[in-house]
Amino acid sequence: MNYLQILQLAAPETALAITVLMVLAVDLIALRGQTVEQRFHAGMLVSIIGCLMAAILAFAHFEQGNLLNGMLVVDPQTDFLKVVLLILTIFTVMISASGKFTEHVGEYLSLVLLGTIGLMFLVSAEDLLMIFISLELASLSLYILTAFNKRNARSSEAALKYFLFGGMSAAFLLFGFSLLYGLSGSTNLPQIAAGLAGRGLDPLLLVAIVTTVIGFGFKVAAVPFHLWAPDAYEGAPTPSAAFIASGSKVASFYILAKIMTMGFAGAEGSAIWQGYVSGWTPVIAIVAALSMVLGNLTAIVQSSVKRLLAYSAIAHAGYMLLGVLASTPSSHSALLFYVITYALTVLGAFGVVTVVEAATGSDAMANFAGLGRRAPGLSLCLLVFLLSLAGIPPLAGFIGKFFLFSAVVGTDAEHLGLLWLVILAIVMSAVSFYYYLQVLKQAWVLDAAANAPAIKVPLVTMVALVLLAGLVILLGCAPGLLTRHL
Amino acid sequence: MLAWTIYISFIGVLVLMLLPREAARAARIIALLTAIAGCVVAFAGAVRQPNPGEVTTIVKIPWIPALGANYFLAADGISLVLVVLTGLAAIAGILFSWNIEKRTKEFFAFYLALIGGVYGVFLSFDVLLLFVFYELTIIPKYFLIARWGSTRKEYGAMKLALFSFVGSHLVLIGLIAAWVVARAQTGHASLDLVELSKVSFPLGFQHWVFPLVFVGFGILAGLWPFHTWAPTGHVAAPTAGSMLLAGVVMKLGAYGCLRVAMVLFPDGVRMWQNEIALLAVIGIVYGAGVALVQRDFKFVIGYSSVSHMGFVLLGLATLNTIGLSGAVLQMFSHGIIAGLLFAVVGRMVYDRTHTRDFNDLQTMQLGKLLPFAGVTFVLAGVASMGLPGFSGFVAELQVLMGAWKVFPMATILAGVGIVVGVAYILRAMQKAFFSESEERRAPARQGSSGDQHAGQVPGAPMEPISVPERIGAMMLIAASLIIGLFPGLLLHWIQPCWNSPLFERLLKGGSL
Repeated sequence: MNYLQILQLAAPETALAITVLMVLAVDLIALRGQTVEQRFHAGMLVSIIGCLMAAILAFAHFEQGNLLNGMLVVDPQTDFLKVVLLILTIFTVMISASGKFTEHVGEYLSLVLLGTIGLMFLVSAEDLLMIFISLELASLSLYILTAFNKRNARSSEAALKYFLFGGMSAAFLLFGFSLLYGLSGSTNLPQIAAGLAGRGLDPLLLVAIVTTVIGFGFKVAAVPFHLWAPDAYEGAPTPSAAFIASGSKVASFYILAKIMTMGFAGAEGSAIWQGYVSGWTPVIAIVAALSMVLGNLTAIVQSSVKRLLAYSAIAHAGYMLLGVLASTPSSHSALLFYVITYALTVLGAFGVVTVVEAATGSDAMANFAGLGRRAPGLSLCLLVFLLSLAGIPPLAGFIGKFFLFSAVVGTDAEHLGLLWLVILAIVMSAVSFYYYLQVLKQAWVLDAAANAPAIKVPLVTMVALVLLAGLVILLGCAPGLLTRHL
Repeated sequence: MLAWTIYISFIGVLVLMLLPREAARAARIIALLTAIAGCVVAFAGAVRQPNPGEVTTIVKIPWIPALGANYFLAADGISLVLVVLTGLAAIAGILFSWNIEKRTKEFFAFYLALIGGVYGVFLSFDVLLLFVFYELTIIPKYFLIARWGSTRKEYGAMKLALFSFVGSHLVLIGLIAAWVVARAQTGHASLDLVELSKVSFPLGFQHWVFPLVFVGFGILAGLWPFHTWAPTGHVAAPTAGSMLLAGVVMKLGAYGCLRVAMVLFPDGVRMWQNEIALLAVIGIVYGAGVALVQRDFKFVIGYSSVSHMGFVLLGLATLNTIGLSGAVLQMFSHGIIAGLLFAVVGRMVYDRTHTRDFNDLQTMQLGKLLPFAGVTFVLAGVASMGLPGFSGFVAELQVLMGAWKVFPMATILAGVGIVVGVAYILRAMQKAFFSESEERRAPARQGSSGDQHAGQVPGAPMEPISVPERIGAMMLIAASLIIGLFPGLLLHWIQPCWNSPLFERLLKGGSL
């Protein structure tokens, strides 16, 4: 190993780190005295170019390797996920570009990019220490991004809540990791599995499993560790919430599935109906079931669209956990398909909320009334995003659900043992249709107040939303474009 | 060629979306031309189908290889009947919504999207594709009712959307389970209906999965006791909406029951045959009975739909070729007749009088004011009663003949349902059009302000029945008469289907 090799393998991350510095420098030096909007657009341009460079570097990676015993693992799949993360970041930046929530443009954008770097390292990590460090890098950026609207007290409150919960979950995670290290003598995931093999399910291992699940449960906002999510989504500047809900979800789920299937290989247990065996899958099954039920039922009564999206995110985390617990290659790729398309969709939904919020002053459901007339293009995009979240074909959300659920049921084709979880998921997704339709009803059925003016959508945002909606439709009609990489 | 019915409809949607907002007249014309083009293609494709008994592939390209899903459109005689029905109903619906002034282009865009989805369901022979089209119809339905409907429209629309969605999700559970079991058994993933129909699913599996899928589709077919969306939905919907709901959307459910649930799980059908027949007969008698006591004209027709769809389900439960042919014929017949009835109530009467309450209508002597509406309703009514010469007679007769062999008791009860059916139609006819009441009260509601038909003085001439309405009504009456007089036209498409391998295990007994 030499430093050149590190640099080669970490080329996308390096490129992005340079971009962070450039964004800061450009904003501080070149754009003094310009309006916020101009600074945002210039910063956005630099960030997008940087992200594209990084994406090209990741896409064209000729080097593959495993540095320092799993500290940095680069293979086609991680490269592809990095490209996905970068694309999500580009869209996040585009949605932020018309934001009026801050004057600290350079800091804001560089924090988004720093968070992305953390997530990219997270995807490449197969070592507990590296996982923890990159997770913290990403999380710290997200905490600050949540607090970024200094004029709004709720933003600070949300950030504090998020930070305290996040810190707690980090502590749980570290505790679990330390137990794992003690039990197996290694911090590398495959070696942990080898070290644990044959030990059976002793109490210490169970504690390690539970604390790891708790730690990640916070990150992906699964019940009962979800309490921060609605407040954070509601209080944070909307683009920050979009980033929490999209990019960070993709990386967190990828790494959770990796830890569980690689690190705890051999301690799966079983969550099949009437065939329960202790292990990590039953733990995940309980968390998943709770998330699906509670997330969907609570979303019904929300009147703030951002809170509604937060609870729906909890519900979706529940569906995705099914993909984690099935732990077969097909369920793994189904999980990735689901989480990627989910991230694209929810990013779009938050993008629409950003515009409506800027035009009407809040994200209350009533403010969406008559959107179909006030901004036809925007509400058409909203229609696509929400219907995809509800799982209406032929949008990506439906195909994702079909992939995921069929893969989960398929793990035990003989007895259909996991069917009970899938039935729960499908019934709950039928419930979810109701609250998505409530939002769409506001937009398409009800009339706006008589003198409500047309909403002007910023060009950059509109481009981002149309691209996202196009992707959601495209991936629903031709899922092969994505599945072949997973 | 038939696939173009789908594409034309969606192209129509795109064109309408690009129109400027004010171009209401252009929107109507484009919608009508699209529907006519779809209908012509449907007819031409159906007539040119060489052998209606066989599943003739239209297009088959791989779609999601990992799941074994294909973009597989095909048609057999049953699809042909329903595609033609869709074509006719689409044109009629547009003719009867010629007076939509509010957001015209959006109305027709949703309308054509719904039609395109319906064509898609009837032509899909890949289960996933069928499901995609099936769910695709839910959204336009919701918006058509919630936006352009009348009485309690948001409630009715939401109820309909939720019922449909829950139903389709029951189906989804069944499909995923069937896909997994079939893959384990045959070793490769497939969602092809023809291939899946050859898989023999374990009996225990069929025992629970069949009712799930059947009820899931049956909800949309008005299966008692899951029919409650139908009356409220029909009443809330705009005229064209109720015509399509009763005319084709309910058929989607029945078609799904036959095409997916029964073909994939033939042993499951036999296990649950009696229960289905029981529910169907309850639906027939209950729907007719409730229709008899309604005060709202449209509710009468709404409940009559539940009753008539009961015949379809009863026909399906017979599992003999006469009953099944009757069921498919009844789908066609009810699609035409219910469309006509809703057109009279919703467009001809309600849009002019602004009331559907029999007590108000009684005072208006509509028979004299709107003679064309009266005559149309009489014709539609006798067709609905099952008078010989109209399509309802042949269809229901075949269902009853098929059912007599299997469930004699149920057949007698269904006969009672027909008698009640005569009663509620006569009652509605008398109250709405031919009341001799001398007491001429003003209509309860004076109409909303600024409406040109508002404040109709009793006895004063009403806006005459317009040309599009006349054309639409005559078209539907003619369709019902032609099929009533020459049922062979459709039967020679339907009957050969029962010999195809698709239905072999369903009809030729099985392991039970």
